Amino acid sequence: MPESLSHRHLLEAADLDRDDATLVLDTAAQIESALAGREVKKLPTLRGRTVVNLFFEDSTRTRISFELAAKRLSADVINFSAKGSSVSKGESLKDTALTLEAMGADGIVVRHSASGAPHRLATWVAGSVVNAGDGTHEHPTQALLDAFTIRKRLGRLDGVRVVITGDVLHSRVARSNVRLLHTLGAEVTLVAPPTLLPVGVDSWPVTVSYDLDAVLPGADVLMMLRVQAERMNASFFPSAREYSRRYGLDADRMARLGDDAIVMHPGPMNRGMEIAADVADSPRSTIVEQVGNGVSVRMAVLYLLLGGNA
Amino acid sequence: MTILIQGARPYGEDAVDVLVKDGVIAAIGEDLSSTAETVDATGLVLLPGLVDLHTHLREPGREDTETVLTGSRAAALGGYTAVHAMANTDPVADTAGVVEQVWRLGSDAGLVDVVPVGAVTVGLGGERLAELGAMADSAARVRVFSDDGKCVADPALMRRALEYTKALDGVVAQHAEEPRLTVGAQMHEGERSARLGLTGWPAVAEEAIIARDVLLAEHVGARLHVCHVSTAGSVELIRWAKSRGVQVTAEVTPHHLLLTDAQAEGYDATFKVNPPLRTAEDVAALRAGLADGTIDAVATDHAPHAAEDKECEWSAARPGMLGLEQALSVVVDTMVDTGLLTWREVADRMSVRPAVIGRLAGHGRPLEVGEPANLVLVDPGARSVVDPAALASKSRNSPYAGRELPARVVHVLLRGEPTVRDGEVQK
Repeated sequence: MPESLSHRHLLEAADLDRDDATLVLDTAAQIESALAGREVKKLPTLRGRTVVNLFFEDSTRTRISFELAAKRLSADVINFSAKGSSVSKGESLKDTALTLEAMGADGIVVRHSASGAPHRLATWVAGSVVNAGDGTHEHPTQALLDAFTIRKRLGRLDGVRVVITGDVLHSRVARSNVRLLHTLGAEVTLVAPPTLLPVGVDSWPVTVSYDLDAVLPGADVLMMLRVQAERMNASFFPSAREYSRRYGLDADRMARLGDDAIVMHPGPMNRGMEIAADVADSPRSTIVEQVGNGVSVRMAVLYLLLGGNA
Repeated sequence: MTILIQGARPYGEDAVDVLVKDGVIAAIGEDLSSTAETVDATGLVLLPGLVDLHTHLREPGREDTETVLTGSRAAALGGYTAVHAMANTDPVADTAGVVEQVWRLGSDAGLVDVVPVGAVTVGLGGERLAELGAMADSAARVRVFSDDGKCVADPALMRRALEYTKALDGVVAQHAEEPRLTVGAQMHEGERSARLGLTGWPAVAEEAIIARDVLLAEHVGARLHVCHVSTAGSVELIRWAKSRGVQVTAEVTPHHLLLTDAQAEGYDATFKVNPPLRTAEDVAALRAGLADGTIDAVATDHAPHAAEDKECEWSAARPGMLGLEQALSVVVDTMVDTGLLTWREVADRMSVRPAVIGRLAGHGRPLEVGEPANLVLVDPGARSVVDPAALASKSRNSPYAGRELPARVVHVLLRGEPTVRDGEVQK
């Protein structure tokens, strides 16, 4: 596997052109088959390399996924949980970056509540920065694992009709998926109440609808986004119940999907809010599979960014 | 002190000699002679000293980022002879004591006339009027009142402020931002904010307040000044209000004349400012509004910030950017070199009208015999690349770093005394 990505960092889905994105997915598939049936699920690729998981925001599942990915590539992994930031108390992002730089981090996986924090970090360090979710901006490895999951289930991405439903306004998952899926040739439709779509969404390469029922029959993939109930306090919608009724996925709605259509959710789910329990646990659901695919895709990203000239 | 300025071009027009004596223009003519110090001003444009309606000098409170002295140096180097110092200091300039302190620091620095702006409300709290009359009657002679940084959002309070300042020959300078529409706002709301995942600051949050305030000003017959107009819609509203005879004036910043929200790409918080950088269409409308006089003045909104308040996450950064030292260059770049303003109109928008709005005697006066010698000489042909490290300001948050801009301030006189000679500040 001699190839590498065109950018040194993975900050947003736009860093990946179609060749790059396909390379990540292919590499993830190769890693999966290389590890399949092995007793020791570990590759020596990143031996001697140091990966820092720099999490300014709690996210056990994403941190564990990156940790496992790095460890399976034999990298040394440090978990750096930096509660607070220059916003509140404690060390500034820049000082943290310079500290990690001095320690010789080869890769920094960063999760931050501020949009653009990984971009800033990337200007201060020599190592590769991987965005593990920044504010309401992007979460590119989530989009990669979603694309990987779709390709695995449906066999292709080109021309696949993906409906993304929920709080698009505040969703980094939606932003990354819109960009990446478009790059990979899928057709994306966003469904949400108008209050949860950003002003300016009309410039995105998507179709927008306010009516979930209208778009269900044509969907190959239905991706449900997490909706935080506290949004209703800011009048994005009147009540959790009304949201659920209009935009939630229950068994009745699921029944209107095509035979091969799949249901995705980036987690963590609000069962009963955007997705009903019986839907989440149905055979159409890829939710648990997405978690496993996340490790493979993150291994591929770390390998392609850090595995080159050791 | 007597100085003979030889070969200067008043308003960029025909070259003349100007004799400055005892703080006033003593003679204007061809081939004047004098035994006094002479300044070779061949090719230089002569303008009345510039007047800034909107400067943050940070003293008292944040002397680590700017002081009245360092800000005065920056102002003089920018061609200014008077600057209005905004009230959002710590403590807030909401009493006669604080405005007099700032005024005294300015006169001690002695480089520009530092004119304090008084807060409209106590502590910028937006709840009750500060003692506007006491500030007006103080040694600082405050005429401009502003809660800048915060909007006087309560419509009843804004009405009272407008009414009350009529007795003081004062003006309320409104920071037009409906706070409920800008909760957490980080940048202009549009395509870029949607993509960058930064909370949007919609144009309507500015326009709604301007629409309300021009109607209030009309209703009570008071003067209103609108700070840092940033949207095409705001220009339209002000044009409409003026056509109705409302006593409204408005300012635009250099950065809103030049830069757009494209600067937010990369999340470099140097470009975070309030109101935010807008779209190219807004920039075009602002230029047109300044050209046709709908917008009366260019005001810098010079806002020094410490490095740690800019070298951080965008959402954690403080809004604001430096402006005093490059304002004239940006105006030349965006308005003169584009043919939108003559030099005479530059003098009008950067000196004459701001002085009238601020009720400053002795500034913004015509270049005529007997007038105060508050003068700036500009080399219109010079071009230079902005180096933040070379600025006189104590802070480095210039949005023009690395940008080549035209025009250079060569000499500045404050009441006949040189404050800048050959581009060097004198104190």
